[in-house]
Amino acid sequence: MHVVEAEIREPLILGEKSYNDITEDVCAPIEGKANAMWYFVFGIAGLLALWGIGNILYTIGVGIGVWGLNKTVGWAWDITNFVWWVGIGHAGTLISAVLLLFRQRWRMAINRSAEAMTIFAVMMAALFPGIHMGRIWQAYWVLPLPNQFGSLWPNFNSPLLWDVFAISTYFSVSLVFWYIGLIPDFATVRDRAIKPLPKKIYSILAFGWSGKAKHWNRFEEVSLVLAGLATPLVFSVHSIVSMDFATSVIPGWHTTIFPPYFVAGAVFSGFAMVLTLMLVMRKVYRLEDYLTLKHVEYMNIIIMLTGSMVGVAYLTELFVAWYSGVEYEGYAFMNRATGPYWWAYWSMMTCNVISPQLMWFKKIRRNLVITFILSIVVNIGMWFERFVIIVTSLHRDFLPSSWTQFHPTYVDMGVFLGTIGLFFVLFLLYARAFPVLALNEVKTILRSTGEFGVKDKKVKG
Amino acid sequence: MSKIYAMYDDDATLLHGAEKLVSKGVRIKEVFSPFPIHGIDPVIGVRKTRLAICAFIYGLTGMSLAIIGMYYFMIYDWPMNIGGKPNYYMYQNIPAFIPITFEVTVLCTAHGMAITYLLRNKTLPGISAKNPDPRTTDDKFVMEINVNEAGMEEEVLINELKDSGAIEINKA
Repeated sequence: MHVVEAEIREPLILGEKSYNDITEDVCAPIEGKANAMWYFVFGIAGLLALWGIGNILYTIGVGIGVWGLNKTVGWAWDITNFVWWVGIGHAGTLISAVLLLFRQRWRMAINRSAEAMTIFAVMMAALFPGIHMGRIWQAYWVLPLPNQFGSLWPNFNSPLLWDVFAISTYFSVSLVFWYIGLIPDFATVRDRAIKPLPKKIYSILAFGWSGKAKHWNRFEEVSLVLAGLATPLVFSVHSIVSMDFATSVIPGWHTTIFPPYFVAGAVFSGFAMVLTLMLVMRKVYRLEDYLTLKHVEYMNIIIMLTGSMVGVAYLTELFVAWYSGVEYEGYAFMNRATGPYWWAYWSMMTCNVISPQLMWFKKIRRNLVITFILSIVVNIGMWFERFVIIVTSLHRDFLPSSWTQFHPTYVDMGVFLGTIGLFFVLFLLYARAFPVLALNEVKTILRSTGEFGVKDKKVKG
Repeated sequence: MSKIYAMYDDDATLLHGAEKLVSKGVRIKEVFSPFPIHGIDPVIGVRKTRLAICAFIYGLTGMSLAIIGMYYFMIYDWPMNIGGKPNYYMYQNIPAFIPITFEVTVLCTAHGMAITYLLRNKTLPGISAKNPDPRTTDDKFVMEINVNEAGMEEEVLINELKDSGAIEINKA
């Protein structure tokens, strides 16, 4: 078959492939046995996760006094981690929903794993406000339940409550969107399974999908409408997260630029995390033909773009702090850059503003080693961004007698490391049991964007 | 009622074959494929789905629920004085209600639509697959034709199918 796409475009699927080759390549890791490396990484992630769970239980049992919080710095690593994880989650939705609306076909090789990442990251994020409540067994108080359950109606004017609705909607809608795309692929795995137990399990997971024309017709409509819903949803979620800060009167938080600035930062860190995971996955699962250098380049361009937006936001904040003439605001920013947390501020600036500018060079965007390192650098930078926003705005209170520093305890660190471990545990399990590429979507673009189109069996056997 | 399953190994071949058969008056009952074949729907008479209309209705429901709920909680049942912000009437308080109204709208639309989609497809946990051949979720494409509805003799139909590029023909 001839290639439909213009010659000037780089193919998105390399090598001579038939539809069956795609199935084989993607199902091989599920059907084969995990190697020693998988068990090794899984073991480390599992230990970290256990350590984290232990620390979480300790926190719940003893109270959040075991964290380094104090009277002045009431929010620190917990909320930093919360915002960091939510932000990471955003890339998955951006890839699967926004890029679907823009008909970007390169998303098809990435969306499945990116969405899995979203779901696991949002789970990790949701943990933090939960344990920060202190009395997690009263978490249902955030729901609008009548008074006999122990409280008044929750305050619907509060961004913290908006966040409850935003995060739970975001999580459940992402999960549904992900699963609807997974159903046809589970059917593929089901129909290939030989052993009875996996066949049984995948039969249940596939919901009896048969691939009828009418079903595909509905499938495409549902995907489109869910993408249309998820697009404003993803922007609303991080806007609302930013309003947790922006609607307060703390200098350094009380700025109208926060919603767009947080959304750009979220996409920025999320794409970096997608790259970190994807670069490993393409190597380990030998998916280089599907996750090509072009895919890496596209994602690096988005990192460069959103990184620059974040950079502009940082400079705008500084400008407004000066231009507004509000001395508290001015001091908050002066303190960020030159105060006791200067190292956090300048780490953030280096990682988030300077490092993505390297992506202007095509050689660097297409270099896997540099991309991998930069993707980690970006996520470190984005963690520091949230730390800088939260802790440096709080630690010097309006009264100098309340000024203090924040010192994380081992429990703070343990919980954070634990969520990283738990995230990787979930992701590694996903990578063993789920088709990591959206099979049914990748097959639809094989003819038009495959390097050689669909392999012609009649001619080449 | 006997059925004929014609298997193809290429979506384009099946599409062209289906067009030719339909023009000769054959009614194709169903097509099974591992991914959506674009352009097959009008040929075999699959009409556009009305799921999006359902989604819109679910969205309106969600939006109304959120607005009525917040009116009841915050204006009617127990008005709260939060920093002295004007909240006596709904219109004064509505800007603060917009985020949650939006979220609940999306929540109801997405879940309502997903549930309707699964029910209409009859794809739910525990339901067994209906595809005639396990290869149709991998790289094969199958056309299902009822012989009675074909409008031609079985032999003629089978020859037509072979001409259109079918690689396997099974009867059931």
